Amino acid sequence: MRADLIALLPELMLATLAMAVLLAGLASGKARHGLLGAGAVLALAATGVTLWLAAGATDPGAHFFSGMFVLDHFAIFFKALFLLTAALVVLLSHDYLKRNDYRPGEYLALVMFATVGMMTMASGVNLAVIYVGLELMALSTYILAGYFRREVKSHEAAAKYFVLGAMSSGILLYGLSLIYGATGTLDLATLARVLASAKPGPSALVGVALLACGFLFKVAAVPFHVWTPDVYEGAPTPITAFMSVGPKAAAFAMFLRVFIGGLAPLAASWIWLVGVAAALTMIWGNVAALTQDNVKRMLAYSSIAHAGYALVGLVAGGPAGVNSVLFYMLVYTVTNIGAFGFVILLESRGYAGETVADYAGLARRHPAAAFGMLLFMLSLGGIPPTAGFMGKLYLFAAAVNAGYVWLVVVAVLMSAVSLYYYLRIVLQMYLREGDGAEPATLVAAPWTERVIWACGVAVLVIGLLPAPFLAAARAMAGAVGLL
Amino acid sequence: MNAYIPVLLFIVIAIAFPLITFVFAWILRAGRYDPIKLEPYECGNPITSEAHDYRFSVRYYLIAVLFVVFDVETVFLFPWAVMFRKLALFGFVEMLVFIGILVVGYVYAWRRGALQWV
Repeated sequence: MRADLIALLPELMLATLAMAVLLAGLASGKARHGLLGAGAVLALAATGVTLWLAAGATDPGAHFFSGMFVLDHFAIFFKALFLLTAALVVLLSHDYLKRNDYRPGEYLALVMFATVGMMTMASGVNLAVIYVGLELMALSTYILAGYFRREVKSHEAAAKYFVLGAMSSGILLYGLSLIYGATGTLDLATLARVLASAKPGPSALVGVALLACGFLFKVAAVPFHVWTPDVYEGAPTPITAFMSVGPKAAAFAMFLRVFIGGLAPLAASWIWLVGVAAALTMIWGNVAALTQDNVKRMLAYSSIAHAGYALVGLVAGGPAGVNSVLFYMLVYTVTNIGAFGFVILLESRGYAGETVADYAGLARRHPAAAFGMLLFMLSLGGIPPTAGFMGKLYLFAAAVNAGYVWLVVVAVLMSAVSLYYYLRIVLQMYLREGDGAEPATLVAAPWTERVIWACGVAVLVIGLLPAPFLAAARAMAGAVGLL
Repeated sequence: MNAYIPVLLFIVIAIAFPLITFVFAWILRAGRYDPIKLEPYECGNPITSEAHDYRFSVRYYLIAVLFVVFDVETVFLFPWAVMFRKLALFGFVEMLVFIGILVVGYVYAWRRGALQWV
């Protein structure tokens, strides 16, 4: 009982503090952006410290709450990543919320609740627990997508996200119920045992297929990606940044844990399914991004494509595949948050800062900013010496070693295609003149700038010195199994 | 297979019950129609217009959602009350936490003016 609560302490703490932020936001109204933002960041930092203490006080191989919950290295890695993501997004949102005049209390509390959900997903080794975490994350994100209630696009994003998200949750639940019906268990370790001992019937296979559909929706993979561009475009930009990294990484944590963990005995049945989805995702995400003139939509398709790359690691499987996905999630998080930070900076009066043409001539007016964006675009494209290159390298190496050469060929070809649209922005910034009546200028947003600086430094450091980060990811994924 | 016979029986009864009810009602009722009977029931008031002519306040919806939330709370309170002795202190603390979370929601809804009818 006591050990159970210690293992759950980070989640309990963050949930409690999120409620405190919600009530504090109620009491202080619109004025206290700084105070509430600082409170949220401190709460996330305190949760990080608690996570560290809880990890030290518990056995990474132990199961808690009657075998439903673990705090292994895999979970700790993802939880730390989620807390980092949430803190960066809170800092990114500060100036943006203030400028657009929206209340910070509910917004910050919802980001924190979503983080609690993601942390639960990373720790659950029971399908029911994972589902509860998933819903907490999803419901908070639906509301956040529609948070800018004076904007029609934000409404549209929330409505589409909610309806499609609810349907995918339904499909996922149906899959869960079929698997439960076929095997009589929701516990991943027992599930693996049952599936290994007896040949699974058709209902278990249908259940796995439905589960895969639900998971592919959550990571925004083709053919379940259609919601992504509209939702990413309409949602408040910091929330778009959040959705493209936090919930996506959480969905991958769940995907890895359930498929490489519990459903491993059925790998022969699902591996081609996920492999084909990965290939289609990389192809369609990158090709569709080519034609986008809106930067947020372009980054949405780019995030679909990146889900495809990460799925390659999932298909590769094994310790190498798992830790390359972990490493890639870290790389992708810092890169994408930085890139979205720029979109936020550019959203100024007269210019929405959302079309590619708005970036014209930016290098002359804001050389430092343009250089930063160049860095993030190169990292997304996977060019050395940035983090994105290292991420892709280990991902593809794992897949080649596992024998999925065809998948890596598709991935490398599509990476080359992706350079076109990433470098299109670079081209606009460095080689084009601004032809608009009023040149786009950056708004003053000190905290957004600091986040971009931090992400830029991280992209370079991980790109030049990947060893310690990779070792961390390897230690995290390799130390114990996923169950 | 025998274990499923009660389920089958249940399905048969569930289908038969409304059918039998309708048949009996059809045989027994007087069958006198007049325009007033065809009107929707509005607590005895004569209706003034069609439902489509009016726009309803979104607050009906809000109140309904809040009602559902706190109604579910009581659904969980009943089994707890039945098992109160067995769950002892653990159950009591657990329930306090549960109610505490709901109180936060209640305070939030109250302070944001969701309970006010403007």
